[in-house]
This record gives sequence, structure tokens and C-alpha cells, in this order.
Amino acid sequence: MPASVIAELLQQHERELLDEWVTAQRLAGIRTDLVDEETVRSNSQELLKLLTVAAAEGLDDLHSAHWTPVKGMLDRLSRSQSRQGFTSSETATFVFSLKEPLFARIQAQCANPVEVLWDASKLLDKLGLYCVESYMGSREAIIREQQESMLELSTPVVELWKGILAIPLIGSLDSNRTQIVMEALLEKIVQTESDLAIIDITGVPTVDTMVAQHLLKTVTAAKLMGAKCIISGIRPQIAATIVHLGVELGDVVTKASLADAFQMALKELNVRLVSATAR
Amino acid sequence: MVDKIPILKMGKYLLLSIQVDMHDQLALDLQEDLTNQIVKHRAKGVLIDISSLEIVDSFIGRMLSHIANVSRILDAKVIVVGMQPAVAITLVELGLSLDGIATALNVEKGMARLEQMVADDELLELARGEERDTSAKAGD
Amino acid sequence: MAKKEILPLKQETDIVLIRQRVRQSAEVAKLGLVSQTKIVTAASEIARNALIYGGGGECVIEDTARNGRSAVHLVITDQGKGIEDINKAMVDGYTSGNGLGLGLSGAKRLVDEFAIESAPGKGTRVELWKWR
Repeated sequence: MPASVIAELLQQHERELLDEWVTAQRLAGIRTDLVDEETVRSNSQELLKLLTVAAAEGLDDLHSAHWTPVKGMLDRLSRSQSRQGFTSSETATFVFSLKEPLFARIQAQCANPVEVLWDASKLLDKLGLYCVESYMGSREAIIREQQESMLELSTPVVELWKGILAIPLIGSLDSNRTQIVMEALLEKIVQTESDLAIIDITGVPTVDTMVAQHLLKTVTAAKLMGAKCIISGIRPQIAATIVHLGVELGDVVTKASLADAFQMALKELNVRLVSATAR
Repeated sequence: MVDKIPILKMGKYLLLSIQVDMHDQLALDLQEDLTNQIVKHRAKGVLIDISSLEIVDSFIGRMLSHIANVSRILDAKVIVVGMQPAVAITLVELGLSLDGIATALNVEKGMARLEQMVADDELLELARGEERDTSAKAGD
Repeated sequence: MAKKEILPLKQETDIVLIRQRVRQSAEVAKLGLVSQTKIVTAASEIARNALIYGGGGECVIEDTARNGRSAVHLVITDQGKGIEDINKAMVDGYTSGNGLGLGLSGAKRLVDEFAIESAPGKGTRVELWKWR
């Protein structure tokens, strides 16, 4: 049986295999700036041990329970490597570089090397791909986290006056970002008990139908909660686009500039600003 | 499960706070109970606090609209206060904008607004009354 | 991870129970508050439809994953008279009863994926997905 043959080989020649494997990795290039050879060695040793145990139980199904420790170890390793800045091929090379020493052993020791080689090759390919997958998964998670924190950073809600909030939007808006803006603004309205909120889009280069709809939805949602929204800073091109797109602004209050909107908001709150010199 | 939502009377106003996940029959009962109470107490205004409601679906939305319409006929103002942001966003997405229902951020603001609306109404009535008086005199 | 629960849908109070269980499931899937509210509201709409127009049925709630993101998966079925023209039923404001006609179309807007199968006399099956 190839499974037991491979397990036996791994067990009997553990020392030599380990030495040759580490050498193979060194030849393929170890990122000495990120990891020392000692760690590589101990990682390799750990995987070799786990592999020996798992291989004895059968090679065919990586989903079966006895492969869990091996997968767990590769998972941890790939994830930490992806966070440390290794490339995906460097991560996969860890497993693939075991091929050369292992194949050499099989060639030397087995009566029917082709069959065993094929099985060993299939196994290492699967494990290598598994490494790449967890590496990618971890990368995607990082990207998602960064996207979220960037979106939060880019949407500050500021209090201009007791009861008046403003959210200056800068940069292009997609539906995802507009949605986050909307939620942040409405949360802040409740938190600060503000009756008025100014959405300033001076820094927004273009507005498409989706974004216009989202802005409208925000205004309607705020109204449902008992607050009023004013949209300010609509540039001429955007005004033209909104009309062209046929978006019905309905009874949404719009002002040309943030200053105008602020003035109107103060008026709504019955606040009057008087110049100190004009007596 | 709760089988009735309490309605409190305070002066000219009725107050109610929905704090349970309402099943449909409970909403219908509330609708009827409230209508009776408005007539019984000759209420001028109704304040509905929904700050504890975690969802408002089309059924509850319809109940709120119905209450507002019936109250208008019975000459009482209605204000809905404290809707949560997540609920408001969901309602808008669902396609319900509850047109014609006055809203406020919390009970305090809602009460002030309600008093304002009722006072405006009384002033208007008063002005109309005087107009009638003068025109009646002129007709003599 | 994949936890499945089947809830009955025979009376009005079952809708409340379904709402609560969907909320729990959405919390397990770590959905944001707005997404939680959306899927709960959608479930409420569809469940009420199944009860009023379909004469009741059941709701299957499943904690699962979709494209590597944790998700809530709902299947609400009834054995009622079914929907004759699904396209028409999906239009805002269309109702065969006395509702607002926002149930199906509104619920579709609230979820990430929506599927409906129905034929006259065959009942209705609505599938809802919301993921992280």
C-alpha cells in the first residue's frame, strides 16, 4: 500500500529528509529578512511529524479527520506568513520543496516507485494548494478589514452647533460607502439629538443614479426618525446630472453652499447671530 | 406574551410606548383601543414612542398610518418618536415612507412638537372664529 | 457552523417567534445591525404572506456561509394556492389581498439574494439570503 509505504519512509528517514528539505528550502530562497533558518527547521520538523501520523491513516481524502492536524498547522503558518508579507509562492514553496528529497527516497527504496511517486506528488500538490488557499483567505480578510476602517475614517460626522450636524463628503461615492455614510450620520443624529443634518457634497466629483437614490433614502430615513436633512454643495454639473437622470428630489431641501445651509439650519432653530461691533 | 399595550392619558394628550415585539392581532387591538380612547378623552394629541421597537414591517407601518389617518378625522394630532436608525433605513428600503406622519427624535422633543401643533391649531381656530364674528357683524 | 432549524408557521404568534430566531441567527452570522434588521423584516413580510395567502407552512432557518462569508439562509414554504403571475406579484403596490403590496418586492430589496418558486395549486417557496 502506497500510504503505509510513504508513512514508513517518512518515519524511517525523518532526520535525512528534514536536513535535505531545509537545504532545498534554502536553495529555493528563504526570506531571511522575515524568518530565520531555525524557525524554518522547526516548522518543517513539526509538519514532517504530523505528516507521518496522517499518512499512515490513508492519503486519499484530505477532508477526513486524521488530516485535521496537518491542515491546522498549514493554516496557521500560511495565515501568519500572509500577514508578515511573504508572497503566495514563497508560502507554497514550503510544501513543494519537500518533493525533491521525498521523491529521491522513494526512488531509492521502493520496488514500484512510479505508483508511490504519483501518490506522494498528488498529496503534496493538494497540501501546497491548501496553503495558497489559506494564504489568499487571510489576504482577503485583511483587505476587507482595511476597506472597512478606511470607510469609517473617510466619513467624519461633525457637530457644527448644538442640534446641527454636518457630514462633508469627499471623493467618489459608491453604494457601499454611501450606505456606511448614511448609517454613521443617522447614528450620530440619535446620539447628539440633533434636529438638523447637513450633507455637504462639495467634494464629490460625480453623482450617479445609485448615489442620488442613496442620498434621498438617507434624507427620508432621517425624516422618519424626526430629523431634517439639508443637502449642500451641489455643483452645477451635478445639478444638471440629477435633472438629466430624472431623479426626483421631492421636498428635499438643497442649498448651494455649506454656509447657506448652516444659515438656514440656524434659522430653523431660531438662532440669530449678531455681530459684536454692530451696536 | 403581552396581550395589551397600555395607553396613558396626560392632560389633552395620550401617550403610548410600544416595547414588545407585536404580533398582528396586538397591533390591531391597539389600533382599536387607541381610537376609542381618543374619542373618550377628547384627546388633542397622541404620542407614540417606538424607540424600543427593533423592527417595523409593512404591517406595523400600515398600523401607524391608519392611526394617523383616523386621528386626523377625530381632530387629534399624532407624532411618532424615537425610531431607530436601522429601522428607518429598513423601512425606506422596504418602500414605506409613512407620508403625513409627524416624527421626532425622542419623547421630549415629540411632546414639545405636539404641543406646538395643537397650539397652532387653536390659534388658527381662534382667528377663524374672530373672522366669522366680524363678518357676521358686518352682515348685520 | 451549519445549524438548521425548522419552525412551524401556523398562527400569527409564530411570526413573532420566527422574527426572534432569525435575529439570533443574524447575530451568530455577525451581521451588522442594519443587515440584521433588514433580514428580520424581510422574514416577517414573507412569513406573513405565507400565513395569510398560503394558509401557513414552515420556515427553515440555517446558519451557514456563502463565498467565505457567514450568512443567514431562510426558506419559507406554504402549501397554499400559489401565485399565478410571479412577475406581477413582484411589482411594488400589487396585491391580491388588502395589503400594501410591498411584501414580496420590498423583501427582495432587503436581502442579498432572493428566489421564489410558485405555481397555481402548488404552494409557494421563498428563499432568502443575507451575508456579512
